[in-house]
Amino acid sequence: MWTFFHKLGSPPWLFRIAGSLLRWLAPLTILALVVGLVWGLFFTAPDFRQGNSYRIMFIHVPAAIVALVGYYVMAIAGAVSLIWRMKMADVAMLAAAPVGAAFTFVALVTGAIWGKPTWGTWWVWDARITSVLILMFLYLGVIALYEAYEDKQAGARACAVLALVGTVNIPIIYKSVDWWYSLHQPASIKFFGDTTIHSSMLYPLLLCVSAFYALFACVTLANMRVEIMARERRTSWVKRLVASA
Amino acid sequence: MYFESFQAALTMDGHGTYVWTAYGVTLLVLTLLLVGPVQKKRRLLRELRGEYRRQEAQQASSSDRA
Repeated sequence: MWTFFHKLGSPPWLFRIAGSLLRWLAPLTILALVVGLVWGLFFTAPDFRQGNSYRIMFIHVPAAIVALVGYYVMAIAGAVSLIWRMKMADVAMLAAAPVGAAFTFVALVTGAIWGKPTWGTWWVWDARITSVLILMFLYLGVIALYEAYEDKQAGARACAVLALVGTVNIPIIYKSVDWWYSLHQPASIKFFGDTTIHSSMLYPLLLCVSAFYALFACVTLANMRVEIMARERRTSWVKRLVASA
Repeated sequence: MYFESFQAALTMDGHGTYVWTAYGVTLLVLTLLLVGPVQKKRRLLRELRGEYRRQEAQQASSSDRA
């Protein structure tokens, strides 16, 4: 376990492992994404109450789930970087931030578009939507904070603190539809109790959720590789890599 | 296939604009997300190549003087 942890902290090892992981994960992700979206768009029956507009679910729900889980990934990486001063952890934290921001943006935009035919409005300032908007600002805040620091080490530490403080928002987002009156429906897929979605819609949805998770992993790993290369530019292994590329 | 024709898949009983806009925006964002690191890596490689060349030139000129 500890040797694994030490290896994780080694830039060339992480760079190589991320590279070999991406070689098979990236094509698999694209395949799952295409199959999942085509399945949801064309091969499922319309919802009996919402009609065809519910097909937005196949992108909205995965994007929202990954936006939330991605925040935890970023915050945990931040915590590891603070506690063990592990440089590769703040590489992971900073690599995840733009990906999480993009998924949050997708969740908000598709939610607004879905809201128009379903609720009759693009936007309401209710608990769910407002807390997700705050989530996007937290992601963007981490990115902006890092850019603002001249001393990158101090910047990473400040970002980790911001990311950790922001985790307060995640259970609020998750529970908002139960705690407050909202236009937004509560979750149909439950950890405990019966799932209230038909299996013909559930399977393509689960495939899309997996594809979005994998996409988050792919882009975060690819971002990490570039950042590792940039930071290790003075080492001989990066020099050899650049010469052979 | 649920839809009977291409036309029906496009209009989706009046929801076509919403569904296709949502999917369009999502695919655009996801594509940009995927292209991002590829482009960043290419730019970094170019930058590092220039940096290493300059360093070598500097070392060569300082060893000439010595």
